[in-house]
Amino acid sequence: MASISSAPAAPRAVPQVVLRHSALVRICHWMNALCFLILLMSGLQIFNAHPSLSWGQTSDFDNPFFSLSANENDNGSVTGVTTLFGHAFDTTGVLGASRAADGEMDERGFPSWATLPSYQDLATGRRWHFFFGWLLVLNGLVYVTNLFAGRHIRDFLPTLHDFRTIPRAVLDHARLRFPKGEEARHYNVLQKLAYLSVIIAFPILILAGLTMSPAMDATFPLLPAIFHGRQSARTIHFALAAFLVAFVIVHLVMVLVSGVFNNIRSMITGRYRIPEEAP
Amino acid sequence: MNRPRLLTRRTFFRGVAAGGLLPLAGCDLGSDSPRVLSLLDEAESLTQAVQRALLQSRDALAPEYNAGAISAYFKPNGSTDPDDPDYVAARRTNFADWKLEVGGLVERPIALSLSDLRALPSRSQVTRHDCVEGWSCVGQWKGAKLSAILDAAGLKPKARLIAFFCADTLEQTLDGTGRYYETIDLVDAYHPQTILAYEMNYAPLKVEHGAPLRLRVERQLGYKMAKYVMRIEAIDGFRHLGRGRGGFWEDRGYAWYAGI
Repeated sequence: MASISSAPAAPRAVPQVVLRHSALVRICHWMNALCFLILLMSGLQIFNAHPSLSWGQTSDFDNPFFSLSANENDNGSVTGVTTLFGHAFDTTGVLGASRAADGEMDERGFPSWATLPSYQDLATGRRWHFFFGWLLVLNGLVYVTNLFAGRHIRDFLPTLHDFRTIPRAVLDHARLRFPKGEEARHYNVLQKLAYLSVIIAFPILILAGLTMSPAMDATFPLLPAIFHGRQSARTIHFALAAFLVAFVIVHLVMVLVSGVFNNIRSMITGRYRIPEEAP
Repeated sequence: MNRPRLLTRRTFFRGVAAGGLLPLAGCDLGSDSPRVLSLLDEAESLTQAVQRALLQSRDALAPEYNAGAISAYFKPNGSTDPDDPDYVAARRTNFADWKLEVGGLVERPIALSLSDLRALPSRSQVTRHDCVEGWSCVGQWKGAKLSAILDAAGLKPKARLIAFFCADTLEQTLDGTGRYYETIDLVDAYHPQTILAYEMNYAPLKVEHGAPLRLRVERQLGYKMAKYVMRIEAIDGFRHLGRGRGGFWEDRGYAWYAGI
């Protein structure tokens, strides 16, 4: 190893840098990130107008299976309550009741820091939601067209061999040991499954959202049938959004722990340095 | 190997928080700026154009259900007991002397009593009512077809929209813009399911649901379906009405086209 100067152009000394993401994928990624953040926060604003979930065509006002509410106590204080399948939890300060900008404890599904706008305003929340909904759909169409036209979808489809490596991959991830060398040139099985689930979740989430539109239901009566009714569609829309939030949290953690500079650079300039295998 | 891992573990929660939601938290991104709002409005025009012009045939029907699907509880929203003097007086006689006025850009202004309305071609439908807030209820509605009323009065060629003026004041204002009103275009006005309902769930329409007459526009959200309808007018634009956006809730920031 010390004789590096006497061995001309030793290939191992040069870090391997590959173009990991095309410009189109990078643009779509950041556009999608922006849209998702705005849609999430304006979506929570919309949810707050009726902070409960039901199953079926219509709303169950008395016993929704999930609800955020507030109780006013005898001493005037306000308690936030989250109810899930009949079990009530005290979530004061975050869900059901939280402090507004003026410091008052208000009845509020999700807290002001999570909604757009921060104050209660359904009309404006809807405007943000539908504007960025269109952007998300158009951006998604560009991405998916490229995904299939360029056959990049193959990068996300797990092989039989991949499935056998799941236990090992889980163990490696838990130890924060990530693929190096040749293995780092393509997605491992956990990455494939995670990204594939997002590619599948988005269209379902959008269709469930459209099912809440009475005009769409008149045009495509199959929509409410597929989702088992408008309130079920609302629940599925919410649940898939929650799933995507969980994905984003895991995604960000993985970006941070598996080489944050290299990862972020690969999504900005496209260049990714293949981690070298230990000698 | 261990040191960077430990550091990462220790800092990643802070990193996720700082890199993620916090910069946006509590920020309204210009939600109170008229320019931002009018930019966002462009998407609403696009939604209307796509839903109306590209996807939907003029007469596509909203889904209908059988009577067994009717909700045990149908949430009354907005005004539920108007205290405007004329309405209170008409209600006292169970709307016996009350008449719906039909005017504006029509050939023959007319006034129709409840029995006149009941004699017109009618439609009964069990439909899902979708509130902009997110909830839904299923109910049965029967009423005079709006198309029959408009044909009886005869629309002038200039007529583009139908306006509905209501008895209830939903917000107290100095200039009177708190009175409920709505407007729909002729596509919805002549849609087969668009009726002025005098019956709900096989009984006379109750006050809390808009007696004596409530508009049903089944392919749009609940706020389009004006309650306590007193007068309808054919018009060619709505700038001169209320605050100029075409309805009580539209004047307060909601979209005129409420198909989504």
